[in-house]
Amino acid sequence: MRIEISHEKVNSDFVKKIEEISGENIFACYQCGKCSAGCPLVDEMDLLPNQVMRLVQLGQEKELLGCRTIWLCASCLTCFSRCPKGVDLAKVMEAIRVQLTRSGTDKLDLQEVSNEVLAETPQLGIICSFRKFTG
Amino acid sequence: MTMKIPYFPGCTLHEKAKNFDQTARAAAKALGFELAELEGWTCCGAAFPLVDDNLMGLVPSVRILAKASQQGEELVTLCSFCYNVLKRVNKVIREDAEKRDKINMYLDEEFDEPYTGQVEVLHFLEVLRDKITFEELAQRVKRKLSHLKLGPYYGCLLLRPPKEIGLDDPDHPRILHDFLGSLGCQVRNFPFASECCGSYQAVRAPELALECSYRIIKSARQNDIDALVTSCPLCHFNLDAKQQAMAQKYGEFTPLPVFYFTQLLAVALDLEESVWGFDQHQVRPDELIKIPVGEEKQ
Repeated sequence: MRIEISHEKVNSDFVKKIEEISGENIFACYQCGKCSAGCPLVDEMDLLPNQVMRLVQLGQEKELLGCRTIWLCASCLTCFSRCPKGVDLAKVMEAIRVQLTRSGTDKLDLQEVSNEVLAETPQLGIICSFRKFTG
Repeated sequence: MTMKIPYFPGCTLHEKAKNFDQTARAAAKALGFELAELEGWTCCGAAFPLVDDNLMGLVPSVRILAKASQQGEELVTLCSFCYNVLKRVNKVIREDAEKRDKINMYLDEEFDEPYTGQVEVLHFLEVLRDKITFEELAQRVKRKLSHLKLGPYYGCLLLRPPKEIGLDDPDHPRILHDFLGSLGCQVRNFPFASECCGSYQAVRAPELALECSYRIIKSARQNDIDALVTSCPLCHFNLDAKQQAMAQKYGEFTPLPVFYFTQLLAVALDLEESVWGFDQHQVRPDELIKIPVGEEKQ
């Protein structure tokens, strides 16, 4: 992956938006990797959880909005529970997701969810998925 | 006078997890208290909103807590999701004056008094541990369950985030262990006791959720566990209802029953079988409950 490191990107509105929406100090992360080590869904992710944090720090908006990782997060909060700096990575993931879901990009289409899944899944699972993956 | 505790069942316990609700109510009655269902309750919202800039996501839970404050000082719940979101929203209301004021202004036509965090959100396990006590529970057990080797499966939301939920240690929890021990069951540790089952990814990325749940079942089998015990309808679904899919994908598979903790309580208190709700399971646990021949008199 090639990324551009520049003052413009690090000081960009994108980083400020992520900080404001998540309420987290993005720059507290020192890349220890405990989040990635504990994440139960890490196997399918293209960016590791700690890489997501690093890319936010570097203002890499395009890579973050295009990654699979943010849509695979299950908000299990293992990352937050183990972070030695108390950074809630799940909130950062949500802040990145809403950049897309609030601007019209839904990642879950009711029409594409089978009747079988809708019938068998506990209500709370349906509610959570639509809250997390749609605007 | 029977102790009555206001109770929030949540949407799923009235339907998909009816057995969880009815075993809790029946067990409460047998233990001398009543789960008094909150009047006029609405959905809690299920997921605690992780964004700071939109307060609408907090409103459903505040509405419930405000209703509860009209009916008592405590609110007990069973579903891990409901417990987690209600407790976390309660903390926001208690600690963030600006958010508290904004939400109360929004709700001022529904409620005469602002809600300021006066209700204590409890999990049913806390009621059993702190009000009934596990020692008392042990005295009340009528049915032998010592042949059962159980794996307490905590999942995510009963424990995390630890500072906000504070029910137990997030990496080495004990409350389900101690509860099951008080019922006389054998309790087994296993490394996946608080790993995520895949949660709501069952809807969007079901293969991923299946993998997460399969790892938990596999670990349970490797640690000599007969059945798992949970407090969450979504965990129960991922672990129980998906075992047929696990067998198809991973082959070589022995089904493992998954109980709600209140079902074991109902069995231990020897309540009527019609209440146990085993018919809602995909992997029926009926055979497990029967005491092996030769051990009845011990």
